[in-house]
Amino acid sequence: MILDSKIPEGPVAEKWDKHKFNVKLVNPANKRKYDIIVVGTGLAGASAAATLGELGYNVKAFCFQDSPRRAHSIAAQGGINAAKNYQNDGDSVFRLFYDTVKGGDYRSREANVYRLAQVSVNIIDQCVAQGVPFARDYGGLLANRSFGGAQVSRTFYARGQTGQQLLLGAYSALNRQVAYGKVKVFPRTEMLDLVMVDGKARGIVVRNLITGKIESHSAHAVILATGGYGNVFFLSTNAMGSNATAAWRAYKKGALFANPCFTQIHPTCIPVSGEYQSKLTLMSESLRNDGRVWVPKTVEMAQRLRKGEITVNDIAEADRDYYLERKYPAFGNLVPRDVASRNAKLVCDEGRGVGSSGLAVYLDFADAIKREGQAAIAAKYGNLFEMYAKITDENPYEKPMRIYPAVHYTMGGLWVDYNLMTTVPGLYAAGECNFSDHGANRLGASALMQGLADGYFVIPYTIGDYLAKMPYDKVPTDHPAFREAEQAVIDKNNQLLAIQGTRTVDSFHKELGLIMWEHCGMARNEEGLRFAKQEIRRVREAFWRDVKVTGVGEELNQTLERANRVADFIELAELMVDDAQSRKESCGGHFREESQTPENEALRDDENYAYVAAWEFTGVGNEPRLHREDLEFENVKLTQRSYK
Amino acid sequence: MAGSNPNAKPMSLTLKVWRQKNRDTAGQMVTYPVKNVSPDMSFLEMLDVLNDDLEVRNEEPIAFDHDCREGICGACSLFINGRAHGPERGTTTCQLHMRHFKDGDTITIEPWRAAAFPVHKDLVVDRSAFDRIQQAGGYISVNTGGVPDANEIPIPKTVADKAFDAATCIQCGACVAACKNASAMLFVSAKVSQLALLPQGKTERKTRVENMVAQMDIEGFGACTNTGACAAECPVGISLENINKLRREFIVAKATSENIA
Repeated sequence: MILDSKIPEGPVAEKWDKHKFNVKLVNPANKRKYDIIVVGTGLAGASAAATLGELGYNVKAFCFQDSPRRAHSIAAQGGINAAKNYQNDGDSVFRLFYDTVKGGDYRSREANVYRLAQVSVNIIDQCVAQGVPFARDYGGLLANRSFGGAQVSRTFYARGQTGQQLLLGAYSALNRQVAYGKVKVFPRTEMLDLVMVDGKARGIVVRNLITGKIESHSAHAVILATGGYGNVFFLSTNAMGSNATAAWRAYKKGALFANPCFTQIHPTCIPVSGEYQSKLTLMSESLRNDGRVWVPKTVEMAQRLRKGEITVNDIAEADRDYYLERKYPAFGNLVPRDVASRNAKLVCDEGRGVGSSGLAVYLDFADAIKREGQAAIAAKYGNLFEMYAKITDENPYEKPMRIYPAVHYTMGGLWVDYNLMTTVPGLYAAGECNFSDHGANRLGASALMQGLADGYFVIPYTIGDYLAKMPYDKVPTDHPAFREAEQAVIDKNNQLLAIQGTRTVDSFHKELGLIMWEHCGMARNEEGLRFAKQEIRRVREAFWRDVKVTGVGEELNQTLERANRVADFIELAELMVDDAQSRKESCGGHFREESQTPENEALRDDENYAYVAAWEFTGVGNEPRLHREDLEFENVKLTQRSYK
Repeated sequence: MAGSNPNAKPMSLTLKVWRQKNRDTAGQMVTYPVKNVSPDMSFLEMLDVLNDDLEVRNEEPIAFDHDCREGICGACSLFINGRAHGPERGTTTCQLHMRHFKDGDTITIEPWRAAAFPVHKDLVVDRSAFDRIQQAGGYISVNTGGVPDANEIPIPKTVADKAFDAATCIQCGACVAACKNASAMLFVSAKVSQLALLPQGKTERKTRVENMVAQMDIEGFGACTNTGACAAECPVGISLENINKLRREFIVAKATSENIA
C-alpha cells in the first residue's frame, strides 16, 4: 500500500483555493440522490451533518448519547482559536499556521494545518451568525484571550463553556435540517461495524441501545466523527462514554491508524483522590493566563507540607519555585501543554510535589487577585473556581489550586488524506477521530477549531469530489455484506455475554489504564514499553476468559456497551505501545526517556522520524504493518522547539 | 487525599432505588445497603461502587444516564430524596459529593417523573421530547458560509451577557422533574430568550416562539403555574425571567402572527 496524501501542488497559501476549484461538484439536483452517514454528533459530526443537509444530501447522524447535544465537545472550556487579528497584535493566518506546526513539534502536515488556519476565521463568523454568545467587550465587539503556545491573543471564548456554546450552535443547525427532513438523527445508537461493498465503505451496523437490536444502515459514504481514545487510560478528562470502537472497527476493516502513541496529557487537572475515582476533571488552560504554577524549592519543605506540619501559606515567597517562569521566561506559565505537564512530573519525581500523595503542584491566583481584585478574577474564571471547590471542598480564592496532569486528548487517529478520506474509499474521519492537524502535541483552543473546520468547511467540499464519481445506486441492507457484518456483531456480543467469568468489565479497564499510565503515559522507555506489551496481552487474554457481563443483549445493557468498548481499548492499547516503541525519538507529547536534551527537553530526530506512522491491521495478536508518510516542510523551518 | 477533610470517616448508607425492567413493565423501589462510602466520592461514583458489587454478585446493575461527569453535558438526572439532582443548589448529580450526606442516611433515588419523559429502564428516561422542541424552532436559519464578518454584528455587552445566561441551559430536564405540572416552560423559555435577545435571532422570533410552544404542548408537558420550582432546582441557574420573556414573546407573536404554516 502506498500512502497518497493527495496534497495539492503549489504554494501552501494557494493549495486549498486551487483544490476547491479542481474538485468535482455534485449538481444541486443530484445531491438528493446520495445518502451520507455521519457517526458522532460532536463539533465535527454535527457541523458536517448540518452542512451536508443544507447542501441537499440525505444525512443520517448517529450518536450513543440520548441527544446529539451531549457529545463530549460540550465539555471544552477555554476557547477556540482563529486568526482574526481583532486585537491588532500581529496575528495572521501564517502565524496561526506556524504556531500550530511548531506547537505540534513538526509532526503534522503543513498543507492541512495551513487550511485549518485559513478557515479558522470563517468559523467565528459562522458561529456568531448562529447566535453563539461569545464574550464581548463593552463596545459590543468580540473579546479574546491568550492561550498556551502563542504570543498573541487569538482565542475566542464563551465564559468557561466555549465547547457547550459552539456545540449548541452546531446542534441548532442540525436541528434545523432535521425539521427540513434532510437529516435524520439516531440517538442512543452505537456503531459496531463498518460495512464494505466492493472495497468501498457503504454502511454501518449499529446497536439500538434501548432495544438492543442490531440494525444496518446503507449509504454512499460514511463519516466518522467519533472523537478520541483517551479513555484507553481509564482515568482521563474524557466523558465516561467516549470510546474508540467505531474508529477501531474501521481500522480492523482496513483503515490505517496514524500516530496512535501521540497522547496529550493536560497539565491542569484536579488530582486523583481515591481508588473509586471514575474520571478526572480538567481546569481550563486559560487559568494559566493568571495563575502561577509553583512547588516548594526544597524536598524537605514539600515533605513537611504533605505531612500537614505546615500549610501552603507558611511558605515564604523566597521558598517557592515558580519553575515554569524560571525555566521558560519568554512563555512562562503559558508554555504548551506537553512542556507544562512534563515539568510538573519532573518536580513531583524530585519529591517536591504537594498534596498528600505528592502528585500535585500549585496553581496560585493570589497575585492576580491582588492585582485585579477578586471580582475581576471571578468574572473570568468564576465557574471553574466553583467546579474546583465542589470537587475538592477547597476555596481557590483563598488557597492555591492543586493540579496534576491527566490524559486529555489524542492527536493520533485514523489516517486521512488531504480530503479527510481514510485509506478505505468512501470512509472519512473528522475532528479528534483523525490524526491530521496537531502533530505530536495539540495547542490549547485548537480542538474546537479543528472539529468545526473539518465539519463546516472541509468535508462538505471534499466529499462531493468522491460522490461525483459514484453511481447513484443504493446497496440494500439485506446485501450479504450487511448480513455478514450483522452476524459478526451479534456473535461478538453473544460471546461477551457467554463468558460469565468472575471479573467486572471495569476491573479490566482499570488494570489496562494503570499499565498505560505507567509505561505509555508522560514518559516512555524501551524496557517499560516491552513490559507493557506483555501486560496488555495478558489482560486481553484474561478479559476474554474471565469477564462477567450481566444481563442479555436484547435490552438496555450498559455493561455490554462497556464490554465492547473495553475489548477494543485493550487491542488499541497494544497498538499505542507498538507505535511508541517504534518511534525512538521524543516529540511533543511523546517523550522517550532515551531521547532528551541535557535540560530534559524532548529531543526530536528529524533525520529518522519526520514521518507519520500509519499502521495496518493484520489480525488480533499479530504485529501490525507500518506504513510511513514522509513529512515535508517547505514553509516552517524545523528547529528545536524553544519556549525560553 | 483531596478535599479539606482527609480523615473523614467512610459512611454506611441505605439506598432505595427505583428499578424498572423496561418501558412496559411496572417498577418498584428496591433497598440496597452500601458501606465504605468516602465523603469525597461523587454521587455517581457511589453508584458505580454499588453497581460493581451487584455485578460481582451476578445481579443486574442499576441503569442510569451519565457522561461528562463535569456538570455540562446534561446527561445525568436522578431525583434524590425528592429533589432534582439532590440537595445541593446549582449542582448536577455528577457534581454532587457524598460529603453532603451523613453516615446512616437513607437516600431515595428515582428517575425524572413526567408523562413526556417515559422511563426506558431503572433511572434512564426518554428526553427526546426536548430535541423535538428544539427542532421546531430553536435555531437561527443560516446556512454554512455566506455570513457577515463576526464583528459586523456588534452586540452590547449587557445584552450579550443576558443572552449568555439563558444559553447556559444544559437540557437535563430537572425543571420538568421539579415541576408539579411537569411543565417544560423554563427549558423552552431559555432558548426563546437567548435567540430573541440577540440581533441575529430577531428575524424569526415570532415563528420560533409559536412553533416551539406548539411542540411543547404536543409532547404532553404540563402548563406553567408560576411555582418557580424549576428555577429553584435548575443546576445552572436559569432564571424565571426567561419565562416572563417567553410569555411576552408568545403574546406579541400571536397578536401579530406571521406563522403561515
